[in-house]
Amino acid sequence: MTTVRIPSPLRRYTNGQSKIEGSGATIIELFGNLEAQYPGIKSRLCDEDGQIKRYVNVFVNDEEIRTLRGADTPVAEKDEVSIIPAMAGGR
Amino acid sequence: MSYITSDQLIAKLRKEIKEVDVHELASRMKSGEELTLIDVREPDEWAQGRIKDSTHIPRGFLELRVEALVPDRNHPIAVTCAGGTRSLLAARDLQELGYTNVVSVAGGFNGWKNAGYPFAKPQILTDEQRQRYSRHTIMPEVGEEGQLKLLDASVLLIGAGGLGSPAGIYLAAAGVGKIGIVDFDVVDTSNLQRQIIHRLEDVDKPKVESAARTINQLNPDVKVVGHRTQLTSQNAFDIISQYDIVINGSDNFPTRYLVNDACVLLGKKLVDASIFRFEGQVTVFDTTNGGPCYRCLYPDPPPPGEVPSCAEGGVLGVLPGIIGSLEAVEAIKLILDQGNPLTGRLLLYDALEAEFREVKVRKNPDCPVCGTHPTVIELIDYEQFCGIPHVTPVAANGVGQPVLAG
Repeated sequence: MTTVRIPSPLRRYTNGQSKIEGSGATIIELFGNLEAQYPGIKSRLCDEDGQIKRYVNVFVNDEEIRTLRGADTPVAEKDEVSIIPAMAGGR
Repeated sequence: MSYITSDQLIAKLRKEIKEVDVHELASRMKSGEELTLIDVREPDEWAQGRIKDSTHIPRGFLELRVEALVPDRNHPIAVTCAGGTRSLLAARDLQELGYTNVVSVAGGFNGWKNAGYPFAKPQILTDEQRQRYSRHTIMPEVGEEGQLKLLDASVLLIGAGGLGSPAGIYLAAAGVGKIGIVDFDVVDTSNLQRQIIHRLEDVDKPKVESAARTINQLNPDVKVVGHRTQLTSQNAFDIISQYDIVINGSDNFPTRYLVNDACVLLGKKLVDASIFRFEGQVTVFDTTNGGPCYRCLYPDPPPPGEVPSCAEGGVLGVLPGIIGSLEAVEAIKLILDQGNPLTGRLLLYDALEAEFREVKVRKNPDCPVCGTHPTVIELIDYEQFCGIPHVTPVAANGVGQPVLAG
């Protein structure tokens, strides 16, 4: 199982958990499988055509997947996937 | 025993030592020649003003310190003092040490100054400053030189809110000489849970005013400039160009993209952070050193309403204290040119997990602002870019209407 880090705004889909476990050979597979367990989460991460939303940053370990192979970036069990959204708050 | 008078000695040296006048010195320095200019005056004279790019070695220490500064005996050296007499004696001493290419500057610093050439202003800590900043100056990474850099630096805070409060207070305490604050808003009671630069008595007053008061009471060395306005594509260049470093503490996406683009286009270093609930992010965008920018990390803004603001989602009051302080640390490191800046790294803090970690931020070669072939070459309409319908800031009752609450 791959550990997935969930940011605050998405924790309402994960019963408040900041770390969840998922499986899948690639990012897009992993997100598809998460949807079964945590309904609603995939639509916050992916477009209707299955691409990762441009304003959502997904990291495999410490590398952003746009610099790797995007939604098709492979993930291994020992990898840690982080979803890091843009946040505007400063005040 | 035979002797000569000091006048005779000086006359003799004038024949032996090659002299240059201040005009020749100026043109040699301008030519890019690798000339080392040594000023041998006493420390109190040096403190009154000096030729820029000169190195200070008081005459009494000259022979002891010059080898470390100029190991090569054939390297060109010019020696200066106040009027051109002590520099003759110093030049003779250097020749005795084997330096073959030494000249004395006739007229010295006074001649330089009177001829109208630019000189560096007096820079020395006062006794009071020595005491105030003693915990800084005792550290080799700062020293008196570093403290003078801080006193000479200027930092612009975008927003005097959650992040701007601790950043502003710590930068002021550290002795950053000029702190600008852009904020349109007035203090609200709900701000006091985290915006520690303001107090209960400041409610309904402009934030730039209460922030300036807090800073002035803390450290009179700091000049505070309040820009009580909303940062816009029209005024961003004017405001940001007056500062060395920008600290972002804004609360909405249009301002974040605006600040980023303006900093890239002006070549300013941007310390950026954001907060939400129990989580914070902080990084440094420095495209002047090949680093990425905000658009490399977040190419597109989220659709309006997609990402909840602090007003909607809440924020732990202490959280901006941590993240804003980290912004102050990064700004101070940039000013001192010390350590490893957060350039190319996004530092993430999760207060609930009590955990810090970081991910890489790569420069996007196709970035529309800082990439190889930029398409954004001037400031655009950032509300439109973020998909927000135009809202004119309302100033009724002096209360600003943020475009997107934070």
